[in-house]
Amino acid sequence: MKFKAERAVLLKALAHVQSVVEKRNTIPILANLMMSVKDGTLTLTATDMEIAIVEQIAATTLQDGAATAPAATLYEIVRKLPEGAEVEFNHPGGDAPLALRAGRYATSLMVLPVDDFPSMTAGSLAHSFRLPAQLLRGMIDRTRFAISTEETRYYLNGIYLHTAAGSDGVKMLRAVATDGHRLARVEEPLPEGAEAIPGVIIPRKTVAEARKLLDESQEDVEIALSETRIQFTLGTVRLTSKLIDGTFPEYERVIPRDNDKILRVGKKDFAEAVARVSAISTERSRPVKLALGPDLLTLSAASPEQGSATEELDGGRVTYASAPLEIGFQARYLNDITDQIGGEVEFLFSDGSAPTVVRDAGDASALYVLMPMRV
Amino acid sequence: MPSLCRSCDAVSDSPGRLCVLCGSRLSVSHAELLTLAIAHVDCDAFYASVEKRDRPELAAKPLIVGGGQRGVVTTACYIARLSGVRSAMPMFKAVKLCPEAVILPPDMAKYAVESRRIRALMRDLTPLVEPLSIDEAALDLSGTEALHRAPPAVMLARLARRVESEIGVTISIGLGPNRLLAKLAAERDKPRGFSVIGAEAAALLAPEPISLLPGMGPAATARLAGIGLTRIGQLQALDDGAALRLLGTDGPALVHRARGEDSRRVEPFRETKSVSAETTFARDLSGVAELEAVLWRIAEKLAARLRAGGWAAGGLTLKLKTGRHVLRTRSQRLATPTALPDLLFATGRSMLARETDGTAFRLLGLGAQPLRPAADADPIDLADPDAARRVARQKAVDKLRDRFGATIIGRGRGLKA
Repeated sequence: MKFKAERAVLLKALAHVQSVVEKRNTIPILANLMMSVKDGTLTLTATDMEIAIVEQIAATTLQDGAATAPAATLYEIVRKLPEGAEVEFNHPGGDAPLALRAGRYATSLMVLPVDDFPSMTAGSLAHSFRLPAQLLRGMIDRTRFAISTEETRYYLNGIYLHTAAGSDGVKMLRAVATDGHRLARVEEPLPEGAEAIPGVIIPRKTVAEARKLLDESQEDVEIALSETRIQFTLGTVRLTSKLIDGTFPEYERVIPRDNDKILRVGKKDFAEAVARVSAISTERSRPVKLALGPDLLTLSAASPEQGSATEELDGGRVTYASAPLEIGFQARYLNDITDQIGGEVEFLFSDGSAPTVVRDAGDASALYVLMPMRV
Repeated sequence: MPSLCRSCDAVSDSPGRLCVLCGSRLSVSHAELLTLAIAHVDCDAFYASVEKRDRPELAAKPLIVGGGQRGVVTTACYIARLSGVRSAMPMFKAVKLCPEAVILPPDMAKYAVESRRIRALMRDLTPLVEPLSIDEAALDLSGTEALHRAPPAVMLARLARRVESEIGVTISIGLGPNRLLAKLAAERDKPRGFSVIGAEAAALLAPEPISLLPGMGPAATARLAGIGLTRIGQLQALDDGAALRLLGTDGPALVHRARGEDSRRVEPFRETKSVSAETTFARDLSGVAELEAVLWRIAEKLAARLRAGGWAAGGLTLKLKTGRHVLRTRSQRLATPTALPDLLFATGRSMLARETDGTAFRLLGLGAQPLRPAADADPIDLADPDAARRVARQKAVDKLRDRFGATIIGRGRGLKA
C-alpha cells in the first residue's frame, strides 16, 4: 500500500474516525484504525465493536492495499505536521512497519495484521429516511442531557427514537430520553421512509459521535436502521452502530396531563436567577426553591455551611395566576432544560411533590418533565 | 502505688495479696488507678454465661453455644476453652476437641435482653456508654468522680459486682487513658478481670506481636512480617514519614496505635451507618436459582429492618463467603434510595449474577449503605411507570404483616427451595 494525501483533508477525516477509538483498550487491534486505498480513494475505518466510523477521502494512489496503525498516534502526528504538507504512506505488506513521510519528517509505525481488524457489518437495514442535519441536531440537543448513566438500567442509556401519534393524531418522529428524574421528548414531522421504523434505543456514545459529525454539516443526513443497527451517512462519512437491546419504558404514562398551575417566565431572567441563587451552594444536587404567588416568583437556595440567597422575579417578567405553590428542583436539571429553550419558559405544576411539565412557550415540538426535590 | 480491693472497694496505698479489710484476693494496683477514666467492658463468654445462669445443672460442664447442622462455635464457655475450643471454630472440630461438651443453639433474643439490662447498669455510671457489640462497650467516666464521690476505678469494680449479682454473668474491665488501651487492658485479664494500662503502655506493648493491635488480622500481619515487622516495638520506632513509605497511607495511624495513642472519643449516639441481613447456609450452594431464593428472603429481611429503623438504602453491598471462607463483597450505589424488597433483590441479583460462576458459597448477605431517610425512598420514577404501584403494594403488604404477622402474605418466590 502506498499513497499520498493532503494533511488538511487527512486530519479532518482522522479526527472523525479516531474519536470512536476507546482510550484504554484491552484488545490491541481496536486501538488501531484501518486505512485501505484503491483507485484514488482512501478509506479510513475505526471501531470499538459497537460503533464503526468509515470515511472516504481522495488520495493519490501509488499502490493499492491496506494497513492498520495506532489511531491516536497517527492522529497526533498528522495534527502536528505543518499546514499544507503532503503526507506519504508506504506499507510494503506483512509485518513491516508503516512508513509515513512529510517533507523531511519521517516516522515508522508498528502495524497489526489487516485480517485481525474486526469488520462490523450493518446487515440489511430495512428502513431509511433523510433528515436535515440541523433538525437532527435539534432533536439530539434537546434530549441527550436526560440520558441516564445508570448502568443497571441500560435501556435508559440512550435516546429512544420511534414514531408516535402527536397531539393532533398525526404520526410524528419522536426522540425521548429519561434518567428517571427528568424526561425530554421531542417530536418532528415524520420524514418519508420512517413510517414503519421500529422503536430503537441509540446508545449515548453513538449519539455523541453522530452529534460531532453533525456539527459541521448543513446537508441532509441519511439514516438507515433495522431492529439492531442504525447507520448515519453524512457526505463521505458513515457511522454504523449497534442499538441497545432493551425495552424503553412506557414513558407516556408518566407525563402529567392535568397540571393546571401555569407559570410563564422569560428564559434569560429565569436562568440567570437560578444561576445566581444556586451559587450559594457548591453542592450541585442542592435544590433551588421556587415560591409562587400572583405574578411573583421567588427563587431561593440555602447551604448549611455558606448561607442562603433569594431573588424575586415579579410582574413584568412573570405570569402566574394560580394558587400559591412552593416547589424545589435541582439547579442543574433546570439549567439543562432552559439551555434548550429560546424565549419564554412555561411551567405546568400540579403540586410541590408531583412531576412538573416544562415547555418552550414558543415551540410545541419539545416537552420536558421534571421531578421536584424535597425542600 | 494505689491499690483497690474489687470486693469491698477499699483503697489502700500498699498493694498486697489480700485485702486488709475483707481478706479478698481480688485487687488491682496501678500508679494511675485513681485518675484514669476510659473503660472497656467485655462480658465473659457472654452467650454461654447466660445459658449457664439459666441452667445451673450445666455450670460445671463444658458448654458450646453455636448453631446449625454445620455452623460454627459462637461462644464457648471457659471450661470448653480449656479443651482448645474457640469462637468461630467449625462445630465438628469443636466436638472432636471436646466430645463431652453440651451444645446449645444461640437464643439471640434472650442475649439482647440481657445486653440491654447490662447497658442500663453502665448508664448509671456515665451517660457516655458506646455499645461496641452485644457484649462489649466503651465507657467514658471523665468528670464523674464528683457525682459518685468515688473515682472511676471504684465505680467500675461496683459495676462488675452488680452485673454478677443482678444479671448473673461476669465481666472483664479494662481501664486506660484512651479507648485503645482500655480495650487492650480488658483483653489482658479475662475472665472476671480488671486490668489497667497507663503511661507504661509503650513499654508494655513493645515486645508484643503486631497481631495484638486491633485491625491487624492475619493478612495484614503477614504483610508486615514480609517486610520484617513482627513486634509492636518495631512499629513504635518508625516516624510518620517512614510509616507512610513502608506501610502506606494507613501507616502513620498504625504507628500511633502501636505507641498506645488513640484520639477516638466515646460516642454514645454513634449513628447507624449500615443495616444488613445475612445467612449461612446449611450446606454450600452454587446454583443460581438456589442462591436467588435465599437472596430474596434476605432482601425481604433487609427491607423489614430498613423500615423498622426508618431508613432506606442509598447503596447496596452484596456479601458472599465461599466454601473456603474467602470473603467477597460487591457494592453498588442506587440511583434512588429504596426500601422495597423488589428493588433490593433486583440490585442484589445483578451483583450476584457476576459471582455465580460455579463457586460454592456458604454465606450470603446484603447490606444497605449509605443509609438515607425513609422519606427519600422510592420517589416517583419517570423511567418506571409502575414504581408508584409497587410502593403502594408494599405498603399494603406491610400493613397486613403488621397486623397479622410476617407470614400472612409473601411472594411466591419466597416459597422456593
